[in-house]
Amino acid sequence: MGMTLSPSDREMLSGARGEAARLALSIITRLAEALAVDELIDVTQVHIDGCGFLSQAGLDIVERLADFGGRVVVPTTLNMGPMDLRRWADQGVDPEKGAQGGRLAAAYESMGCVPTWTCAPYEGYLTPRFGQAIAWGESNAVAYANAVCGARTNRVADYLDICIALTGRAPRSGLYLDENRRATVQIRLRDLGDLVAAEGFYAALGHHLGAAVGEQVPVIEGLPSYISNTDLKALGAAAASAGGVALYHIVGVTPEAPTLEAALQGRAPERTVEWTADDLKMAWQDLTHAEDGAPLDAVGLGCPHYSFHEFARLIEAIRALPPETRCHERTTFLIATSRQTEALIAGYQDWMPVLKAFGAVVVSDTCVMYEPLSHRAKLDVLMTDSGKCAYYSPGELQVQTAFGTVRDCVLSAVEGRILRKDTPWNR
Amino acid sequence: MEPIARIVLRARPVVSGVAEGQALVSSESISFWGGYDPTTGEIVDRRHELSGQNAAGRVFAFPHGRGSSTASAVLIESIRLGKAPAALILATADSILSLGAIIADEMYGRSIPIVELNAEGMGRLKTGDRIRIDADGTVSVWDGRV
Repeated sequence: MGMTLSPSDREMLSGARGEAARLALSIITRLAEALAVDELIDVTQVHIDGCGFLSQAGLDIVERLADFGGRVVVPTTLNMGPMDLRRWADQGVDPEKGAQGGRLAAAYESMGCVPTWTCAPYEGYLTPRFGQAIAWGESNAVAYANAVCGARTNRVADYLDICIALTGRAPRSGLYLDENRRATVQIRLRDLGDLVAAEGFYAALGHHLGAAVGEQVPVIEGLPSYISNTDLKALGAAAASAGGVALYHIVGVTPEAPTLEAALQGRAPERTVEWTADDLKMAWQDLTHAEDGAPLDAVGLGCPHYSFHEFARLIEAIRALPPETRCHERTTFLIATSRQTEALIAGYQDWMPVLKAFGAVVVSDTCVMYEPLSHRAKLDVLMTDSGKCAYYSPGELQVQTAFGTVRDCVLSAVEGRILRKDTPWNR
Repeated sequence: MEPIARIVLRARPVVSGVAEGQALVSSESISFWGGYDPTTGEIVDRRHELSGQNAAGRVFAFPHGRGSSTASAVLIESIRLGKAPAALILATADSILSLGAIIADEMYGRSIPIVELNAEGMGRLKTGDRIRIDADGTVSVWDGRV
């Protein structure tokens, strides 16, 4: 079986458009062959996740492409990286690591990437369009782009993303194809009452969904049409972590599921499952393995990066405390966000002074699970409002993690111990 | 003379290569990011059934990769540091792990083979078996005691 290459592909592979494009397309075609795909397609936007794990290997690859004079040929955004690129020195990051992070950033920027440095690129100005073929890395962003925007992308592997950005070409496979976007698992939610309006419910649902469907495409029935983008973000991030969910449909909510039949593309599902409040309560509990009352070293919010609306919810929780209440001296309170959102809230009302007075620290360009916490000497217990962070942090940071609402995160930080009063199941 | 393999299975070579090692088999998928320590080869996903075991130099068989797309970087780094599995046997070829193996080859001139094996074949592998993978995708299995 031979690869079908366009004249432009052949030109790139010959080296006529530079060594970076040649190497990049060579990697893409080898991968296509590995996956038994015989055709490439044009993509018109890329989000690069190769900034997410600082390793010598990562730096070698990106610097080699940059040294070869590589330039991206489509709008290309950057994921968060290991450190706050503007403030790492003040946050106690090892100078050698800081310098390596700076080199990686400089290499990407020299190739023409947009310095967004965020894992929530769908909240920026390059939100993808319905039906647009894009190539995104970062599993939560992939789930959001496919499910909520209706754009088309596979979960693009690290460093394939920059190869696609340098060539505008991707293997034609997976979720670019109509038939693979068909839901094969039908999920009926029953008797949930006002749980569907509770904070934390969507992360628990996502966690349960990921575990149940793996990499299959599910369609969910029984959620209200007023579900917010914040809720969908939490759901997708948790589902992409606990399983390999890259696309889900919600009847009456997401764009490829105006009806159940549309999501199923007129066919029968391979299986149908029904979940009740009790099933989802188990998923909620499964996200926590720190003990209630345990001394709390850190609260980590903003996984994925906090939006304006998520900051609003946090500010409300802090304002509900007696005046001048601060977080406990043993508890670090971190919020990760994008530069764009940080700039937006920096000038908004008194939010930054409120956060500062509480003892909260805002970081951008990075993730709470990377340098902001990973270099700390004492970090045994973490609390978060993120299903994704609750899933990954025990492995990434070697911590016991508790999952709770923002209000419980704030109250726990004040006490310096884990307090979980605010579960959706005791309302 | 080499003992005769207990079973010989035909797999599809995804990233072609030759490797041999002791099998580490799981029926659970795994995310290399957050699940595999590239500096030691230890499985660090505390929810995974192989948590605490070391996969460096082993022929690592599991259904598919999952979770974060950063998994390829973890695999490349582990290959660079010599702490990668000897080979991967997957029920469903994973673009993220395959790419890691291809890029390691392009960058460092060394890599690990990845093969795709059907469910029946996967079911016949067990931890401790001696496994050899050939460039054409042949998987030869010897009993762990031989």
